[in-house]
Amino acid sequence: MSDPNITREREPIFSAKILKLLKNPFNLENPITVQVLGICSALAVTVQLKPAIVMALSVTIVTAFSNLIISALRNTIPSRIRIIVQLAVVAALVIIVDQLLKAFVYDVSKKLSVFVGLIITNCILMGRLEAFAMGNKPWPSFVDGIGNGLGYGLILVIVAFVRELLGSGKIFGIPVIPRIFYQWGYMDNGLMILPPMALITIGIIIWVQRSRTRELQE
Amino acid sequence: MDNLFNLFVRSVFIDNMIFAYFLGMCSYLAVSKTVKTSIGLGAAVIFVLVVTAPVNWLVDHYLLKSGALAWLSPQLADLDLSYLSFIIFIAVIAAIVQLVEMVVEKFSPSLYNALGIFLPLIAVNCAILGVALFVQEREYTSISEVTVYAFGSGVGWFLAIATLAAVREKITYSNVPKPLRGLGITFIITGLMAIAFMSFMGIKI
Repeated sequence: MSDPNITREREPIFSAKILKLLKNPFNLENPITVQVLGICSALAVTVQLKPAIVMALSVTIVTAFSNLIISALRNTIPSRIRIIVQLAVVAALVIIVDQLLKAFVYDVSKKLSVFVGLIITNCILMGRLEAFAMGNKPWPSFVDGIGNGLGYGLILVIVAFVRELLGSGKIFGIPVIPRIFYQWGYMDNGLMILPPMALITIGIIIWVQRSRTRELQE
Repeated sequence: MDNLFNLFVRSVFIDNMIFAYFLGMCSYLAVSKTVKTSIGLGAAVIFVLVVTAPVNWLVDHYLLKSGALAWLSPQLADLDLSYLSFIIFIAVIAAIVQLVEMVVEKFSPSLYNALGIFLPLIAVNCAILGVALFVQEREYTSISEVTVYAFGSGVGWFLAIATLAAVREKITYSNVPKPLRGLGITFIITGLMAIAFMSFMGIKI
């Protein structure tokens, strides 16, 4: 992977290239709506905002650090067994995150149930490790991990916001829809809480995003 | 027997891996372009699930669970290794997937080529690890229950991917709004299918 002919010049820590790595996942290379990675957890934890935010942060941390570690090890990992090595690194990080969540935010950890463990098999991790960390230096990989984690988190937060607002009329568990609306006959849409609406919400997000950015259309 | 059959029906239709828990969505969305490949992948997932879930259950039951090591020596009775379960489960799954990959390559090269990158990626298919973790969380008590649950989940996944592929093959002939083409419409189709599957809710046999 490492090419000896590359001139080793010192890049500034936040060069334009690095900033691009941080920014692209929000729109043009969004992990969920463009790269189609990490859908599973994106859908299941978005009934309420709080678990969604905790999940987004956990994924960001795990992606960033696994990218960093694998990128630091990239020249020593034999390519035949790289998947197992990657999984071992990721699983170790996820165990740390899981124990931390259990210790500090137990109620959220219960709500996320198996989905914390499933961060291991979140395709964002493997996708970024394979596509980026195996061929880049540690610092860009770390930034790439943060960017992708946050891009993923952005979609999670949007979906959770829509579902919690329309489904139970609350934001962060606090009722925000004025009482008078209910007296006029407004009702919370129970369908939004159920799993299928997460899919349709993401479908609509993709629709909006792709009508705004033409180059993403198929 | 009734209990097992009920569990099977539940895991296929009501607790469907895709439509109720969204597990294994990545390969579900990426491989469902043609019916043939998706049937191949679905079958591979059923097979891997039926093999890995009981193995993981045995590992959990006899090695990891709190007090599970008591059969080794009474001193180990209060040892709880369950925090290791993620890493052990994924290692077992990765090893078995590697094995399946080698067997498929040997006996059915055409299927091997058709599945391409997605065969090794079954290792990171959330459905596989998801089933192992659900088995742990719901505390199934016998190996036959675990096997039936794993088989049912696999069949549910197979059903979901095969039907989606069939719908997608047809939809290439329709005039979908441009920004929605491809990924967007696939999400919406899956959502509608999930709503249809919800009608199974509450069925007991």
